[in-house]
Amino acid sequence: MSKNPNIQFSRRAFMRTTGLAGGGMLIGFNLFQACKPQVKPPVDLSQLDYNDFNAFIKIADNGAVTIFSPNPEIGQGVKTSMPMIIAEELDVAWKDVYVEQGILDTENYTRQVAGGSQSIRFGWDALRQTGATAKQMLVNAAAARWGVEASDCTVSEGVITNTKTEETLGYGDVVNEASQLEIPEDVALKAPKDYKIIGTEQRNVDIDDIITGKPLYGLDYKEDGMVYAAVARPPAFGQKLVSFDDSEARAMPGVIDVIRFGDKVHKMAEENPRLSGMMGESEKVAVIAKTTWQALKAKEALQLEWEDGDLESTEDHDKILVDLLDGNEFRTMRSDGDVDKAFAGADKVLERTYESPFLPHNCLEPMNFFANVTDEKIHMVGPIQTPEGTANMAAGILGRTPEEVHLEMTRMGGGFGRRLYGDFALEAVEIADQIKKPVKVVFSREDDMNDGIYRMAIKYRIKAGIKDGEVVAYHLKEAAVNSNMYGLIPHFFPAGAIENYKVDVASYDSNITTGAWRAPYTNFLAYAEQSFFDELAELMDVDRVQLRLDLLKKVDAEADENIAYSPERMIDVVNKAVELSDWGNQPSNVYQGFVNYYCHNTHVAEVADVEIQNGEAVVKKITCVVDCGIVVNPLGALNQIEGGVIDGVGHSMYGELAFENGKPMATNFDTYRLIRMKEAPKVEVHMMQNEYSPTGLGEPTLPPAGGAIANAFKAATGNRLYKQPFAKYPELLKPKQQEIIG
Amino acid sequence: MPTYQIEVNGTTSSVDVSTDTPLLWVLRDHLDLVGTKYGCGIGQCGACTVHVDGTAMRSCALTLEQVQGKSIRTIEGLSENGDHPVQEAWKEVDVPQCGYCQAGQIMTAAAFLEQNPAPSEEEIKNAMHGNICRCATYNRIHRAVEKAAENMG
Repeated sequence: MSKNPNIQFSRRAFMRTTGLAGGGMLIGFNLFQACKPQVKPPVDLSQLDYNDFNAFIKIADNGAVTIFSPNPEIGQGVKTSMPMIIAEELDVAWKDVYVEQGILDTENYTRQVAGGSQSIRFGWDALRQTGATAKQMLVNAAAARWGVEASDCTVSEGVITNTKTEETLGYGDVVNEASQLEIPEDVALKAPKDYKIIGTEQRNVDIDDIITGKPLYGLDYKEDGMVYAAVARPPAFGQKLVSFDDSEARAMPGVIDVIRFGDKVHKMAEENPRLSGMMGESEKVAVIAKTTWQALKAKEALQLEWEDGDLESTEDHDKILVDLLDGNEFRTMRSDGDVDKAFAGADKVLERTYESPFLPHNCLEPMNFFANVTDEKIHMVGPIQTPEGTANMAAGILGRTPEEVHLEMTRMGGGFGRRLYGDFALEAVEIADQIKKPVKVVFSREDDMNDGIYRMAIKYRIKAGIKDGEVVAYHLKEAAVNSNMYGLIPHFFPAGAIENYKVDVASYDSNITTGAWRAPYTNFLAYAEQSFFDELAELMDVDRVQLRLDLLKKVDAEADENIAYSPERMIDVVNKAVELSDWGNQPSNVYQGFVNYYCHNTHVAEVADVEIQNGEAVVKKITCVVDCGIVVNPLGALNQIEGGVIDGVGHSMYGELAFENGKPMATNFDTYRLIRMKEAPKVEVHMMQNEYSPTGLGEPTLPPAGGAIANAFKAATGNRLYKQPFAKYPELLKPKQQEIIG
Repeated sequence: MPTYQIEVNGTTSSVDVSTDTPLLWVLRDHLDLVGTKYGCGIGQCGACTVHVDGTAMRSCALTLEQVQGKSIRTIEGLSENGDHPVQEAWKEVDVPQCGYCQAGQIMTAAAFLEQNPAPSEEEIKNAMHGNICRCATYNRIHRAVEKAAENMG
């Protein structure tokens, strides 16, 4: 086996092993942090907890491998793909690997994986190292038994061969000896060309449970004596609870109690203003009943009195955001050269504004959480992506210590950013503390949509200057509700391609709660910029794709540490998309729109094919080319890509949550339109083959979709769409001049 | 509260609930059949789809009065071992992402293919249009319905 001298990763620090009492070996490991100095995995599996380790690998004395991880599954397939990476380096057959969802019951949440779309990217090195190190220990044990060097042994699918004698030993044969060995340093990792599991199509490990309706989700969790809570919330943002009359509700069947709550969480929010954005401002009323239906029904019988504060409307937001764009109170996020000077000297200047509404997440499993607060502990169960923060807040509001919190994560019926916030879990904790019973808080769909933490409304104004046929200046302004773009987003393409370049941002503080929504900021920014590039190409009279390629060729990513995208990888993706979509060679009834985009470390190009049907432009197909480095599980990856594209199409077509006097104007799926089967385009996917480390996949195919269809609509109808959602402007989806049928 | 006898997956149970209680919550809270999901409560999303005498219906919009004397089937009772042709196809195509809507999708598809064993592309789209998948696995749902039709035919 060859050694790779470049690896700087201390195995001793991040993994520990132990022999199991009943035989076999248990490896505990951490993905992002070193282990505490003295910790060891337990010798008995019944003692397994995740206090000191992220996950465990058990190698039984019959050679079977079980991976225990409490990593929550949102739908991104990491529960399948992360174990695949371990199994690859451990060199066992995937069919011999079992994955078990561990129960998180921990004192130390800092070691917990959140399970976001970057899981694979961040876990890539540690998962491979863990597998490879365990394999090396097994090989070392076999070599010691045979009295040969480890380098005299080879491994395939859990069988070690002594190359001198052709003798073989299974992992199970040497596992007890291996568990007693020192953890080796500097183990070799496989070269990607030798992968046997990574890159193969593997089904979701939970597929059997999903298709037979097993209880997997938070809403399915039950415990003896558990009661249900439905919560009455302010109908409008800006309203506060004054009083309530529960006499009718209390007389209804199954009702156990009606309580006012929320003061504890608000006290904490006051001390920590960062949290107030996810808590709302009002106290609430919980109806406790024996069943979900009884609780939901009795909630409707409450008489509630609310006091009005600042009640905001979409009309107000539109005005305020436009004022921000017109003004000059900006924070500058990036500035190259001198845009003002360049605009003054330009031959032509183009300026456009693009506008987007608030969006709810609409996870199909509404928010819910179980809590039971006793003198001994705070027991919490449910779908949450941020167990550490949520457990700490739960302890904080009750004046308890984080060590008293035991939190179990369930499978999640969608996330999209919503389950990063623990507001619903804290509701459960506060209610459980008051009623001294195990209780599950269940949001109705209306609660979920109208007491959300939304994608904020944003407007972008983009201005470009052209001189001598070149784009010489580019100025992007963002006006957003509550918060602005962050991190490297201001340095995304076309940063680096244009000499005079500036990104300015401004925000307005609203009492409407906002937060992360699948591909934060880029989910709308991509559409704005990519629409603008098309307009720029028209003005310059150059090919739409060529303009993008010309700009990419000017980027020297090495010269700027903030430029994380690779112009070379992007150019390859663009060229592939041109080829696969048959760009420019479509029959006369097919109109195409092009987008290339980089976010979440992944390079994407999408081409939308639009046709006119019954006088209206309809999205028929999206060709999507993705460079996300090594693809661990193409079957799962393809699902993420298709879903991301259709989600992107759906929300730019139909997604909108407007407000009138603080009140959301959609309450359920009769008034809020989500994309459905008949509107879903066919998605054709190509994943670039290379040996770069894997990057994000849950998010990056969503943002380009809105731009691709907007550009295709322009080609089909002659109309440029400046506002989302597009379906709100049906007249713009019809061709400017009626086509002659015949 | 009145007592109702309901037949679910071949077993008759007796439940005491108020007259307005939707079948969905009886299945989930009283009979512990939580495979049938709550998504919207107003018959818009299809996550709660069950079969009533073989027809796909929204259990959130049915009272027990309406299903008296009828035979109800939920995802738990669609097949003995999770091997109904539609379930097999769902597995083969690896449809789910978060998976929450999939029981409803499978129940809709199974009832549809019973009525129309050799559907056209258009008919599949129409049949599945009522079920929302928030993860947007629509391309795979379509392929799985086609595959199930092949396997059944």
